[in-house]
Amino acid sequence: MISLTDYLVVGAILFSLSLAGMVMNRNNLIVLLMSVELMLLAVNMNFIAFASFLQDSAGQIFVFFILAVAAAETALGLAILIILFRTRQSINVTDLDALKG
Amino acid sequence: MIIEKLIFYVFSALLIGSATMVIVSRHSVRAAFFLIVSFCASAVLWMLLEAEFLALLLIFVYVGAVMTLFMFVVMMLNLDKEAVQEKFVRYLPFAVVIIALMVAVLVFAVKPSHLGDLGHAMSTHQAADYSNTKVLGMLLYTHYVYAFELAAVILLIAIVASIGLTHREKANNKRQRIASQLAARKEDRLEIISGMGENE
Repeated sequence: MISLTDYLVVGAILFSLSLAGMVMNRNNLIVLLMSVELMLLAVNMNFIAFASFLQDSAGQIFVFFILAVAAAETALGLAILIILFRTRQSINVTDLDALKG
Repeated sequence: MIIEKLIFYVFSALLIGSATMVIVSRHSVRAAFFLIVSFCASAVLWMLLEAEFLALLLIFVYVGAVMTLFMFVVMMLNLDKEAVQEKFVRYLPFAVVIIALMVAVLVFAVKPSHLGDLGHAMSTHQAADYSNTKVLGMLLYTHYVYAFELAAVILLIAIVASIGLTHREKANNKRQRIASQLAARKEDRLEIISGMGENE
């Protein structure tokens, strides 16, 4: 049978992969947003695994809200990306130095 | 129960493989397609955990709506591939170190001995007449109804904000500007020209 640890390890690997994706794809904002999506997926995986093993549906409600907020975040992120590309003709993160950060 | 284990391992491998392809693929379109594959694979894993409603929600909302939005944006932006590839290899060692460290720490943290009683618990099955959707609906519209309405407001704000951000007005728009009409004064519009009949 599958134990809780198996699901948590899958979530951990997914989370680390998406963190590495953020480090690696610094010059493509779209892949960066996709990495954020993967990270949220890893967190949702943990929530659902715990909800299932603890027999507590509140964890699944939390995943529901994370999905709603993630959809809003993606829509806003892509809107910002589009106006960024319109004004700078680039989605490279290292080009975005107007704030001198 | 061997078939359950088989499904778990096959789809976990598919999920991790496609997640790897998302972060290493050079084309954004290909990355988006692999992201769809990883969403579908994790929907199967959620199905295995008997979270049927959320598994279907992930496919309908994510693959159906959010990924369509992603594909639309990726195809609308005309990116040159050379610039995107350039610094990819430079950060690869950091990425490998990060993966190794994070996986080591997290796998150590979720050892069965650290999870108490849950560490040895095996996945249980609900009764045949158990309805995941019904249970979630009962919770959502009683205990969590304020949070549910708040989520609706967040989605509304996201709609308004993203339309407001990306909307462009037409240059030759013939709209009435009431503020500037009201701000007009008599002196701006009317000029008294001294007449010819007057003595100069």
